Amino acid sequence: MNPRYLPLTATVAIFLIAYAVCIAQYPNMLSTRVIGNLLTDNAFLGIAAVGMTFVILSGGIDLSIGAVIAFTGVFLAVLLQSTAIHPLVAFALALIITTAFGAIMGAIIHHLEMPPFIVTLAGMFLARGMAFVLSIDSIPIKHPFYTTLKSFYYVLPGGGRLTLIGGLMLVVFLVGILIAHRTRFGADVYALGGGTATARLMGVPIGRTTILIYALSGFLAGLSGIVFSLYTSAGYSLATVGVELDAIAAVVIGGTLLTGGSGFVAGTLIGILIQGLIQTYITFDGSLSSWWTKILIGLLLFAFILLQKALILLSDRKRRHA
Amino acid sequence: MTGTLKAYAVRLFPQVAALAIILFMVSLAFPGFFKLSFQNDRLYGSLIDILNRGAPVALLAIGMTVVIATKGIDLSVGAVMAICGAVAAASITAGHSLAFTLAVTISTGILCGLWNGVLVAVLDIQPIIATLVLMVAGRGIAQLITEGAILTFNHPGLIFIGSGSLFGLPMPVIIWLGFGLIVALLVRRTALGMLIEAVGVNRRASRLSGVSTGVLLIAAYMLSGLCAALAGIIAAADIRGADANNAGLWLELDAILAVVVGGTSLLGGRFSIAASLLGAMIIQSINTGILLSGFPPEFNLIIKAAIIVLILVIQSPRAQSAFIWLSRARATEPTKGQEAK
Repeated sequence: MNPRYLPLTATVAIFLIAYAVCIAQYPNMLSTRVIGNLLTDNAFLGIAAVGMTFVILSGGIDLSIGAVIAFTGVFLAVLLQSTAIHPLVAFALALIITTAFGAIMGAIIHHLEMPPFIVTLAGMFLARGMAFVLSIDSIPIKHPFYTTLKSFYYVLPGGGRLTLIGGLMLVVFLVGILIAHRTRFGADVYALGGGTATARLMGVPIGRTTILIYALSGFLAGLSGIVFSLYTSAGYSLATVGVELDAIAAVVIGGTLLTGGSGFVAGTLIGILIQGLIQTYITFDGSLSSWWTKILIGLLLFAFILLQKALILLSDRKRRHA
Repeated sequence: MTGTLKAYAVRLFPQVAALAIILFMVSLAFPGFFKLSFQNDRLYGSLIDILNRGAPVALLAIGMTVVIATKGIDLSVGAVMAICGAVAAASITAGHSLAFTLAVTISTGILCGLWNGVLVAVLDIQPIIATLVLMVAGRGIAQLITEGAILTFNHPGLIFIGSGSLFGLPMPVIIWLGFGLIVALLVRRTALGMLIEAVGVNRRASRLSGVSTGVLLIAAYMLSGLCAALAGIIAAADIRGADANNAGLWLELDAILAVVVGGTSLLGGRFSIAASLLGAMIIQSINTGILLSGFPPEFNLIIKAAIIVLILVIQSPRAQSAFIWLSRARATEPTKGQEAK
């Protein structure tokens, strides 16, 4: 088997084994209701994680997404509360702002040649700060359009509900997979992750690709913010603190190499589902505390980093022998 | 000797100037800002308050400076603070002596640093990712120790560390000033500092020239863990309890910011602990200043972001080459470009 697929295979295997263990203990977990909830509850995280996958594939990192999600939520809540504009227009405005925000961060990273870590850290402070300035209260969203959107769902056999936001996450993953593997931009992202110097020699437009990557991440963080506001029906500036860490963890558990250049968008979906599964298990169990989620995710993260290290060592040795 | 002093003055000038400007601006908005009074055997006043409140970030910045100088980063310090606070509270409420509690807590911090250091130096994992593991899992571990509750304690000795005073200064101030001095002397009066910079500039070259890079890297992360332990003790002693959720939350970012404001490059190499401590005080002055001047605290983060962007622009290789181009009359230094990955 191509060693490229090994991390992804390991992720899928871990998910299936973990799910089997869960079912063995709680047979009720084998229902479309649980699966539907798994998709709905993690929709915002999944959408943001697709953007993070592209950023990490290119060898960068985006710490701003949690703050951008919160900003989008507050922005929508304030806009819908104090003006009469239609939510769809507000959605469009929010997406334009967050996409431009991402593009500016990408431009700073490229033109000022600064590490993405510190640039997106500044972006995180800025987005969180803007959310605070808009409002420090949790503002409910009571627009009838939200109720309409929430009433859309597809009933799965077995009574589970595939909600609009759960479905949207799956669509975003599908589009993400297509962009990553079937477009020139996707190929450029992988090339950039393989090394800036080689990518430049290959004729990849470095600046344009970098800006597009962070713009995409900003756009998806904005979309994730819209989904989050649908999920909670409120905007709160202190919401989704630390979501960037969950997203990074999902990307790594999904088998994407943190040095960039290798990985799959589909793996991130499994990474999200593993995290959701741990949470669901803890809810089913009832006696375990929720902090076990963090510890287990930390351990999984560590295991996958080790696996990646071993793979790199193996392929290096193979190259030396060849 | 005067040459060294002059070099220090030139190095620290931007930070001192920035701090002076910020303090001056705050004093315009809040007239009684510089007033100090001596009551109950200690000094009181806004300036002392800044020194006192800035203690955790200042302590973290000491360790972070050394780690960043090795071209690394330590994201786990906030979580390590939470773990150490929890350990201290759990040990003291279990009836152990103060000396034992401090020893256990500090060992815990050093152990956390050892874990990070081994991941970075032995397993050769990128520092951001290696320390991310502990950042994610750390708060869970802290919750495990406190069993989800906020562990409160009433031990006068431990509380003294957070709110007592010595020589007229609050205890946290004494701790960070003293610890900063010790570390600065240790790295600058020996070859240690130079070796750390060598590792940060080029790890491979320094290993080939006989520097034991592995030991140095692990030691740097252990120092960072030790600093986080001290900061964790202060934070816990200050509120007389260990809050696993909120102790040290996002302080790793403030500590990194303090180091960056202090002019140490994230790309590793030359560092200055004094400048990082000034950076920590600049951040605390902004925080305190915003509160005192009656600005809504909501603006705090935006101002911080603006300052980071400003410093980024000044530090960026492009801007530096522009500066050098502008000041060509002087003897120009070669631009330190971003190293190829």
